[in-house]
Amino acid sequence: MTLSTFFQHILTGISLGGAYALIAIGYTMVYGILRLINFAHGDIFMMAGYFMIFSMASLPWQIAIPMVCILTIILGVVIERVAYKPLRTAPRMSIMISAIAVSYLLQNLATYLFTALPRAYPEIPFLKKIFQFGTVSASLVTFITPVLTILLVIALMFLINHTKIGIAIRGVSKDFETAQLMGIRINKVISVTFVIGSFLAAIGSILYFTDRMSVTPFSGTLPGLKCFVAAVLGGIGSIPGAVVGGFVIGISETLLVALGYSTFSDAFTFALLIVILLFRPTGLFGEKNIDKV
Amino acid sequence: MKNSKKITYSIILAVIILAFLFFLETNKANYGMAYTVLMKGAILAVVAVSMNLVTGFTGLFSLGQAGFMAIGAYITAIFLIPTDTIQDVYYISGVSPAIMNFKNLLDSTPGWLQVINPYIALMTGGLAAALFAALIGIPVLRLKSDYLAIATLGFSEIMRAIISSPQLDTITNGSYGLKKIHGFSSIIQTFTIAAVCITFMVLLIRSTYGRAFKAIREDDTAAEAMGINLFKHKQLSFVVGSFFSGVSGGMLAMFMRSIDSKTFSVSLTYDILLIVVIGGIGSVTGSVISALLVTVSKEWWLRFFDNPLYIGSFQVPFFRTGFRMVVFSIILLAVVLFYQRGLMGKSEFSWEKIGKSVSGLKGFILKKTSKGGSNHVK
Repeated sequence: MTLSTFFQHILTGISLGGAYALIAIGYTMVYGILRLINFAHGDIFMMAGYFMIFSMASLPWQIAIPMVCILTIILGVVIERVAYKPLRTAPRMSIMISAIAVSYLLQNLATYLFTALPRAYPEIPFLKKIFQFGTVSASLVTFITPVLTILLVIALMFLINHTKIGIAIRGVSKDFETAQLMGIRINKVISVTFVIGSFLAAIGSILYFTDRMSVTPFSGTLPGLKCFVAAVLGGIGSIPGAVVGGFVIGISETLLVALGYSTFSDAFTFALLIVILLFRPTGLFGEKNIDKV
Repeated sequence: MKNSKKITYSIILAVIILAFLFFLETNKANYGMAYTVLMKGAILAVVAVSMNLVTGFTGLFSLGQAGFMAIGAYITAIFLIPTDTIQDVYYISGVSPAIMNFKNLLDSTPGWLQVINPYIALMTGGLAAALFAALIGIPVLRLKSDYLAIATLGFSEIMRAIISSPQLDTITNGSYGLKKIHGFSSIIQTFTIAAVCITFMVLLIRSTYGRAFKAIREDDTAAEAMGINLFKHKQLSFVVGSFFSGVSGGMLAMFMRSIDSKTFSVSLTYDILLIVVIGGIGSVTGSVISALLVTVSKEWWLRFFDNPLYIGSFQVPFFRTGFRMVVFSIILLAVVLFYQRGLMGKSEFSWEKIGKSVSGLKGFILKKTSKGGSNHVK
C-alpha cells in the first residue's frame, strides 16, 4: 500500500467514523439516562434514509434536509412516548424487549412499505463534487463529515455543560430518582435526549448513505450494532467517548476492508467489544459505576 | 389431585398426541400443511424453551439464538448430506478435502452407528454452539447483563458474515448454502427429539441449579449473598441454553433440507423472542404452546394477510406482501406494553388448574340447572 492510497483510506475511514460517531452519541445518551440499549436507534437511522429518498423526490435538498431531520425527530420522540414511557417502572428486561419490538416493527414496516429491494439514495450534487489534493481525491462529503461531526459535538457539549436543560440531563443520568425529587421534569429531559439523538442520527444517515448510495430495510442493523460498540469503547454515557469510539471503529474498519479482509471487518468490531469488556469494561472515558445495595 | 391420577391423565394426553401424530404421518398427503407447520412448531419450541431458560429463568438477555442455530445447522448439514451427492452441492467451489475425508470416515463406520448418525450430528452441532457460548460467556457474564444482549446479537451477525464469506466457500458453500440435507424420517421423530430436549431443560429448571437460576433472576445481589456462585450459574444456564439452540438449529436444517446464511439473520432471533414473550417469560409450557400457535398462525392461518383480499369487488386495504410480519411485530409490541404476562405468565400447565376450572364449570352448570329446576317445579 503506497502512502497516498493509505491516506485515501484514512480519509474514507475518518468520514465513516464521523457518521458512526453521530449515531453512537444517540446510543450513549439514551443509555446514560434510561440504562436502555435502544435497539431501535439503528432502525431510526435507516428510516431517516427512506425519509431522505422520499423528500428528495419532490423537494430541493435545502428543504429536504431539514424536513428529514424533523421527521426523524418526530419518529424518535413518538417511539419514546409510545414504547418506552409506559414501561418506566417495569423491569429492565421489558423495556429492552420493547426496544427490540420497535426495531422489529420498523424493519417489517419498511419491508412492507418500501419492499426489501435496495432503493437508490438521492445524490446531493454539491456533496458529490470531487476534490483533488495531490494524489488523494475524495468527494466533498468525505471532508464535510468529520468537520460537521466535530462542530455538532462542540455544540452538543456546550448544550450539556452550559444550559439549564444540559444540567438537567446530567442530573438525570447521575441519579434518576433524586433528579425527580429536585423538581426536574424527567419526561421532558428524556424527550430532549431523544430529540438530540434522532437529530444526530438523521444527519449521520445523510452523510453515511450519500457514500453508500442505497438503502434497504436492514441497512440499519449492522451500523447500529457497530455504533453501540463504539459507545461502549468510549465508555457508555460519555459523549466525547462515543465520538472517539466512532472514529476508531470507522478507521479500523476501512483499513481492514482496504487490506482485503472485508468479511472480517465486522468480526473485528465484535472482537473489539469482547476485548474491551475483558480489560476495560468502563471504556476509555467511562466512570466506574458502583451499584449500592 | 392424586399423583396417580395426574400420571394417568398425562399418559392419556401423550397417547392422544402420539395417535394424532401417527394419523398425520399416515395421511401426510392430505394434511401436508398441518404436517410441515407442526414440525416447524416443534423445532421452534425447543429453541423457544432454550431462550426462556436463559432469559426467563436466569434473567440474562441473550439474543444470539440465530447464531447458535446457524452453528448447529451447518454442522448437522455437513454430517447429513449424502456422500454421493456432496459434489453437486459444492458444485461452485468444490469440497474441502477435510470434509471429504470426514464423510468417507463416517461412511466406513459400522451400520448401527450410521443409524444414529442424525442424533450424533445434532449433538455435535449443539456442543459446538455450547463451546462458542462458553467462550463468549467468560468475558461477558461477569459484567452487567446488558452487555450480553449486545455481545450475543453481535456474535450472531458476525457468525452469519463469516459463514457466507468467500474464504469458507469449500466448507459452508458461501452464500449458496447447503442443500440435499437428509431430513427427518417422520414427524414422530421430530416430536420425540423435541420432547427429549424440552424434558431435559425442565429437569434442569426443577433441580437445585434451576432454583439458583431463579434466585439470580429475582435479585442477583441477594442470590450472591446466599452463597450462589453467580458466574458459574449464569455460565451454566447460558451454555445449556445455547446447546439446545444449536440442536434446534440442526433440526431446522433437517426440516428445511437446504440452508443458507440468510436463514439465520437477526429476524430469526426476533421471531423466537416473539414466541417467548407471547407464551410468557418464565413458563416452559407457555413457550411450547406459543411456539405451536405462533408458527401455525404465521405460516398457515394468517398467510392470507400477505395476499390481496377481495370481499365481493371491494379490495381490503393493507393486504399485500409483508403485512403479516407488520401485524406480528405490532402484536409483540402490544403484548410487551399491555399484557406482559403473555399466555401463561410465570405459571406452568398443571392438571390441578384444569381440574379446578373443570369442577368450577361443573358447579356453575349444576347451580344453573338446579335453579332452572326449581323454577320448573313451581
